[in-house]
Amino acid sequence: MAMIEVSKLHKWYGDFHVLQGISEKVEKGEVLVICGPSGSGKSTFIRCINRLEEYQKGTILFDGKDIHDKSVNINNLRAEIGIVFQQFNLYPHLTVLKNVTLAPIKVKGVDKDEAEKVALSLLERVGIHDQAHKYPAELSGGQQQRVAIARSLAMKPKVMLFDEPTSALDPEMINEVLNVMKDLAREGMTMLCVTHEMGFAREVADRVIFMDGGAVVEQAPPDEFFKNPKHERTKAFLKEIL
Amino acid sequence: MRFDPVIKNFDYFLWGAFPEGPLGGLAMTILLAAVSIFLAFWVGLVFGLMRNSKNRIVRYVAMVYIEVVRGTPLLLLIFWFYFLAPVIVGYSVPELQTTVVALVVFTGAYIAEIVRAGILALPKGQMEAARGSGLSHIQAMRFVILPQSLRNMIPSFVNQFVSLTKDTSLASTIGVLELTRCAEQVSNRTLTAPMEIYLTILVMYFLICYVLTSYSRKLEKQLSRYQARDR
Repeated sequence: MAMIEVSKLHKWYGDFHVLQGISEKVEKGEVLVICGPSGSGKSTFIRCINRLEEYQKGTILFDGKDIHDKSVNINNLRAEIGIVFQQFNLYPHLTVLKNVTLAPIKVKGVDKDEAEKVALSLLERVGIHDQAHKYPAELSGGQQQRVAIARSLAMKPKVMLFDEPTSALDPEMINEVLNVMKDLAREGMTMLCVTHEMGFAREVADRVIFMDGGAVVEQAPPDEFFKNPKHERTKAFLKEIL
Repeated sequence: MRFDPVIKNFDYFLWGAFPEGPLGGLAMTILLAAVSIFLAFWVGLVFGLMRNSKNRIVRYVAMVYIEVVRGTPLLLLIFWFYFLAPVIVGYSVPELQTTVVALVVFTGAYIAEIVRAGILALPKGQMEAARGSGLSHIQAMRFVILPQSLRNMIPSFVNQFVSLTKDTSLASTIGVLELTRCAEQVSNRTLTAPMEIYLTILVMYFLICYVLTSYSRKLEKQLSRYQARDR
């Protein structure tokens, strides 16, 4: 059974048809990279998966269950799907440690000591355990994004969504974030990444999909995707960004 | 200048006839303001949250309340409650309670607008990050949105609280023995020094408001550590 199964997904913003019938399957442990020009609907697509965006037509199955089924508690669903945003979205009024422990304590009812222990080990894994008691504004962009990843991982999610995680970073900070993501991918995390980091895609993606105009135009394993893009629009896009 | 009526009645300005008689004067003004501020904050918070609700009826109720109150002079609101309250509850309501209700209803509407705007002013990503990690709407509000936005609202709150403190003087019109009413009494009795008397209470009003604004400046500084850089 696929981890995520999207079929015939449609979404409109008013008259604007952002998602025009997307069908996609993501297996457990698969790393999917989604690329495409801005406005192609790629962010909207992954944000539908944890229902941060609502859609009007189609179905999304997560772990075999329709995410709109009445028996699905939206908060429990989201607890199992981590998301990392372009703008980090750390809570500026909380320390790094509290950013990471908030959801486990409040949503899962983990006790504080246990949550902090897990948080510190995750912060160590992303390389910032020595900053645990600082506030987000005292960290660099790359560090903030790594905290955001740790914050998502603290919920022990089955899937991680990345919504352009490196687009807001200074160039010299991109790699520190990508390295964390690569480690995650190698450890078998199921990941959907909207990103233009083609080096990342080559190295760890199982599949790359190219979206344009709200639809999936082309998809292939990374080698094939980069060597032999079939569609004209894909070729034009790759020429722009490589 | 003839300040001897002021000096002779200074304790009356401070706390009325207390402890032999009822509390009044500056003490009553401060009590009135403090109780009203406390209640208005909670009323405003609730209606401000309702104003942002996804439920149309809830939102509409809050909107009507805010619009009606904002279009009504406070003095009329006080009169209105003064005459209406006994009809509703069936027995006479003391002026003090009437005034508190009017001040709370009035200020609550303004606080509600501040709360609504303050919540909308936070980056959308904060709510998304909170909900995205599995927090419920209420938890997200409680732990992520309100702690940040309430801090940003402090200057606007203080503004409103200073207004409220000065507005307590309107209670004198229905006979509450607060600072203005006490001054009126003394002035009417002595007849010789209205200017000096009213100058004295003006300074008193200024002092309470000044204490309020200075305290808020200190509070803002203390609470803004996390914004020290980058924002």
